[in-house]
Amino acid sequence: MKALVAVKQVIDAYAKIRVKSDHSGVETDNIKMAINPFDEIAIEEAVRQKEKGIIQEIIAVSIGKAGSQDVLRTALALGADRAILVEAEQRFEPINIAKILKVIVEREEPKIVLLGKQSIDGDNNQTGQMLAALLGWSQGTFVSALEILSDKAKVTREIDGGLETLFVKLPTVITTDLRLNQPRYATLPNIMKAKQKSLSVVPLTELALSLQQHIKIEKVTPPSERQAGMTVNSVAELVQKLKEEGVI
Amino acid sequence: MQLVIAEHDNKTLKPATLHIVSAARELGNDIHILVAGSECHAVAEQAAKIQGISKVIYVDAPAYKHALAENLAALIHSFAASYTHLLAPANTFGKNIMPRVAALLDVAQLSDVLEIISVDTFVRPLYAGNALATIQSTDSIKVITVRSTAFKIAETGEKVAAIEKIDKNFDLQLSEFVAQEFSVSKRPDLTVARRVISGGRALQSAENFKLLEPLADCLGAAIGASRAAVDAGYVPNDYQVGQTGKIVAPELYIAIGISGAIQHIAGMKASKVIVAINKDPDAPIFKIANYGLVGDLFKIIPELTEELKKVI
Ligand SMILES: Cc1cc2nc3c(=O)[nH]c(=O)nc-3n(C[C@H](O)[C@H](O)[C@H](O)COP(=O)(O)OP(=O)(O)OC[C@H]3O[C@@H](n4cnc5c(N)ncnc54)[C@H](O)[C@@H]3O)c2cc1C
Ligand SMILES: Nc1ncnc2c1ncn2[C@@H]1O[C@H](COP(=O)(O)O)[C@@H](O)[C@H]1O
Repeated sequence: MKALVAVKQVIDAYAKIRVKSDHSGVETDNIKMAINPFDEIAIEEAVRQKEKGIIQEIIAVSIGKAGSQDVLRTALALGADRAILVEAEQRFEPINIAKILKVIVEREEPKIVLLGKQSIDGDNNQTGQMLAALLGWSQGTFVSALEILSDKAKVTREIDGGLETLFVKLPTVITTDLRLNQPRYATLPNIMKAKQKSLSVVPLTELALSLQQHIKIEKVTPPSERQAGMTVNSVAELVQKLKEEGVI
Repeated sequence: MQLVIAEHDNKTLKPATLHIVSAARELGNDIHILVAGSECHAVAEQAAKIQGISKVIYVDAPAYKHALAENLAALIHSFAASYTHLLAPANTFGKNIMPRVAALLDVAQLSDVLEIISVDTFVRPLYAGNALATIQSTDSIKVITVRSTAFKIAETGEKVAAIEKIDKNFDLQLSEFVAQEFSVSKRPDLTVARRVISGGRALQSAENFKLLEPLADCLGAAIGASRAAVDAGYVPNDYQVGQTGKIVAPELYIAIGISGAIQHIAGMKASKVIVAINKDPDAPIFKIANYGLVGDLFKIIPELTEELKKVI
């Protein structure tokens, strides 16, 4: 069985986010970029399923600028077999990312597509669900355990009340939650080997899609900062303050 | 006209839905609510009592019993053409379904809306709330998930809306419910609690995490946790507060043994009063806390519990 994994390049989870002074977006110059943490989990899951003999081939796909080759190389070093970059200058909304991914899915015909549950820049949490809808496939979102059976998969989902288990019919779209697995580190030999693996670059124009913009960003502003308060010296003082605030 | 998607368990309406109705009211006056489930007439009756609702659309079939995304999205899609806005809470219920609805409609979806500027312009967070985007949607149908803590709860009272029962059976059979494992708790729900006590990695074990219980009991508080505490297995996943967990905004949030990573702060910084208890005076959590107490939590928790018992 073939698996497709969508990986996105984002600002590193631990980098400081600064809003640009002209309010057009956030600073990206000289900022550390990384693979979206949820997508790393998606790759790791595909690799583990391959190690179990359930998946035979893992294809990593990214949509973005030439620089996104870095995250694809990371995916290859972690165990993906080959990679595809759909190269485009602009950034797309999830509905358009889903449309692009759909074309790649139709070309590659995987039985399972793995995505992160959300990208940590846009915090959208949409692309996987949209892709499943466009393909008419089942979806297993926010997944913390995955067992692939012959014609279906058993998924455990992290939901607000606790956990939910579903069977989803194959082919399916899975989005990963943080506790699905703990991704491995890419070893030096694997990083070297990744350089030999195939990474094909497809210009977006080649896909002949007509993509429409649905959302205009008017401005991006920093949130209002909370002021640091005071240090209290004892439990008694703390309780006194909470009484004064009227919260106890 | 707005359609609010009700979240419920076939018996009771979830409080998040009431917050979403308040958001819908900012967009206009003719608000319908969709109650889709199985043997859930009681929920339709509850929905009919939400002030500001003009009609309850009630669809009852086994296919909707477990809110499976494929069936529910197809159903919502079939009603969508009559509405300008489709709204659901930005929790695991809404996030599972609404993007699927949007894709079926070939429109964008707006996640986690915090503020409504006008019928087509909204504010939503990016980068774990480190930036706020004001965005305008050009779609004729706007599919939105709303951050419930950012909108007040709608009142309920006398029955105000008619219930229209409609038969539609979208049983796509793409997925099948197997089981649900709820973490049972007698405490208030984290996302609506007025007080929240959260513990972090510093609690060291599931056993120690129980130290928070007497404290929560005397405050009538919900218990939350950092991701580190959940990953280490001290508490179940649904305790996680943060960018990728639950968003809370109680009157009082007490963070105990939590360092204050941006991903955690993203989930609790809208709380009215934040208290941090941490042994490291340089922990980032102190930068956003109204009251900080530096010290060993194992000493402070019992002391605080005793002290609170005296005054509450
Ligand atoms: C993609 C992504 C998403 C994430 N999403 C979330 C999320 O939703 N929610 C979330 O919480 N995190 C999230 N994280 C993780 C986050 O970055 C932090 O790693 C996590 O919040 C740290 O948890 P902590 O504060 O409990 O642990 P630590 O950072 O280890 O802090 C423990 C604190 O306890 C203090 N301490 C130790 N012993 C004592 C004692 N005896 N008495 C008092 N204080 C003591 C220490 O000084 C320290 O400050 C995410 C990370 C990533 C990459
Ligand atoms: N530009 C992109 N390239 C590849 N995958 C993407 C891209 N954008 C989003 N995704 C995938 O979709 C998931 C959810 O993203 P989002 O809906 O933006 O929160 C991510 O974790 C990725 O797996």
